[in-house]
Amino acid sequence: MPKTLYDKIWDDHLVHQEADGTTLLYVDRHLVHEVTSPQAFEGLRTQGRKVRRPELTLAVPDHNVPTSDRTKGIKDKQSKIQVDTLRKNCKDFGINLFDVNDKRQGIVHIIGPEQGFTQPGTVIVCGDSHTATHGAFGSLAFGIGTSEVEHVLATQTLIQKKSKNLRVNVNGKIPIGVTSKDVILKIIGTIGTAGGTGYVIEFAGDVINNLSVEQRMTICNMTIEAGARAGLIAPDEKTLKYFKGRPMSPKGENWEKAVQNWKKLFSDKNAIFDKEIEINGNEIEPLVTWGTSPQDVSPITGFVPDPEKENDKDRKAAMYRSLEYMGLKPMMKISDIKVDKIFIGSCTNGRIEDLRLAAKLLKGKKIANNVSAMVVPGSGLVKQQAEEEGIDKIFKNAGFQWREPGCSMCLGMNEDQLSSKERCASTSNRNFEGRQGRGGRTHLVSPGMAVAAAIKGYLSDVREIN
Amino acid sequence: MKKFNKLKSIPAHIPLMNIDTDMIIPKQFLKTIKRTGLGKSLFYEMRYDESGKIIKKFILNNEPYSKSQILIAGKNFGCGSSREHAPWALLDFGIRCIISPSYADIFYNNCFNNGILPIVLDEQIIQDLIEYSLIKKEIEVNLETQEVFYGNKKINFDIDPAKKKRLLEGLDNIGLSLKKIPSIEKYEKDLKKQKPWI
Repeated sequence: MPKTLYDKIWDDHLVHQEADGTTLLYVDRHLVHEVTSPQAFEGLRTQGRKVRRPELTLAVPDHNVPTSDRTKGIKDKQSKIQVDTLRKNCKDFGINLFDVNDKRQGIVHIIGPEQGFTQPGTVIVCGDSHTATHGAFGSLAFGIGTSEVEHVLATQTLIQKKSKNLRVNVNGKIPIGVTSKDVILKIIGTIGTAGGTGYVIEFAGDVINNLSVEQRMTICNMTIEAGARAGLIAPDEKTLKYFKGRPMSPKGENWEKAVQNWKKLFSDKNAIFDKEIEINGNEIEPLVTWGTSPQDVSPITGFVPDPEKENDKDRKAAMYRSLEYMGLKPMMKISDIKVDKIFIGSCTNGRIEDLRLAAKLLKGKKIANNVSAMVVPGSGLVKQQAEEEGIDKIFKNAGFQWREPGCSMCLGMNEDQLSSKERCASTSNRNFEGRQGRGGRTHLVSPGMAVAAAIKGYLSDVREIN
Repeated sequence: MKKFNKLKSIPAHIPLMNIDTDMIIPKQFLKTIKRTGLGKSLFYEMRYDESGKIIKKFILNNEPYSKSQILIAGKNFGCGSSREHAPWALLDFGIRCIISPSYADIFYNNCFNNGILPIVLDEQIIQDLIEYSLIKKEIEVNLETQEVFYGNKKINFDIDPAKKKRLLEGLDNIGLSLKKIPSIEKYEKDLKKQKPWI
């Protein structure tokens, strides 16, 4: 019987299955960070349990670390306790840790692939919803709660029920100025934040095939914003090239064996999907969000929508609430929205290609007087690479702050936050109320659009920046 | 984990769709290394103003809802992050049961790992329940029989039998899975042969 990519990975990881479909699924790779793991390790201690396969787990502090100089330690008491706790837990249970001042430290979903810890065909979990990012390499990757983190540490497995198969085909050719961020925003805007609930989404089609692996990561990263358990993209030659020679990638004979296996990771020709959705890549424009849900998208050339035109009563109420929170009026031009802050970074858009693209647009220009702007590279290695290429200088000369790696203002757990009513063009993934700081107003955009907003001081069309 | 069987409570209703985990428990409270103590910060930005004062009009700040053990909310409840701090905060506040037309996937699973019952009901029925909740009378939830009683009405709800069993018996998932060690060991042996690079 023909199988989807998801079916193949799922079947390959069955340890045990009950008659009702409840499955014990093997976990090949487990990523751990400081915020969602302390209670899991504490649970192990209380029960006198061990970590079953410590070598399959990799830990890094990223969520609450400061992005200012941290060679002298972390000032915030609570953040320090969490990072210290992670350090102690890793030591006690024998887990590999990239500590705060390690060059390899960075956002968990950036360092996994960067090190070759992430690999095609594996099941990867982490106590973070954006674990879906790793699906860009053809791995089944999803976020779990802390109780499940504890379960994985103790058993190297997870109790799961299989999701349904959804394929999103993006065909055609995306216009100049449109990036994978716009593609995924378009998809979420089309199917809604619960459109993927109950499914694993496979992204396919010309547009996806033509993206670089880093651009694909942006797509899978935001799959969770459409409610799906995971996002998947079949590995191809670009994927193989990406992994060759990475520190934790298979070597020698094992590399050859792995490649043979990875080449089988695609949905069979006649595989059955429970649902398929078509998106025309030719019609995607640079997008921004206007509201407090990632599905609230509009082309940069468009207008803030009028809730009165919405028929669904709950949706109408949600739109009014969003507009009030965001301080926007129905039918105002998106490009008339003035911004105060610019944030480039996060597991969505904090990789070297994102920084290169932004720097290319920014070169020789200055940020507008009314904005303050920051770049937070996704990892120490991304930062180093960017500095070798002189990208840091372009940002600094333009007026951006050049920071240390971490999750930063994507979720505002450290001091990188918006003040009440401050408005931000952000390359992150969530525009929820209070996400980047209480009362803060987030507009999700691509790195190029963030640069355009930085230069003009308003949400602006990247296609108008030379 | 605490067992769940029957529950009687006056339900509190928050009339919003897409209530996300950032609303349920904002980021600043994720710095804890404990599971407890989050109840006072549940729905923080809706419950307290910027100076930390209680916002009177928010439902959970008012009797009898400040003691509600059942929460009724709009669809796609719990969307956003995987933070288990969200169910921990609900539980610490006293919420043991949520009623919504739909939930986000990770949040839904997290509930079952914390003895919280998330019930899915049709929007129409929920509307009826909401109207009933306005008279501040108790409703009753029975997991064993999969029924919700309010006034003289009774409605049934669906739930995955395995998840139901775990809640009813308060089972420790890890303990159960550790009983499958022989299967795990066999899988790992095969894995080593078939995929030596893992």
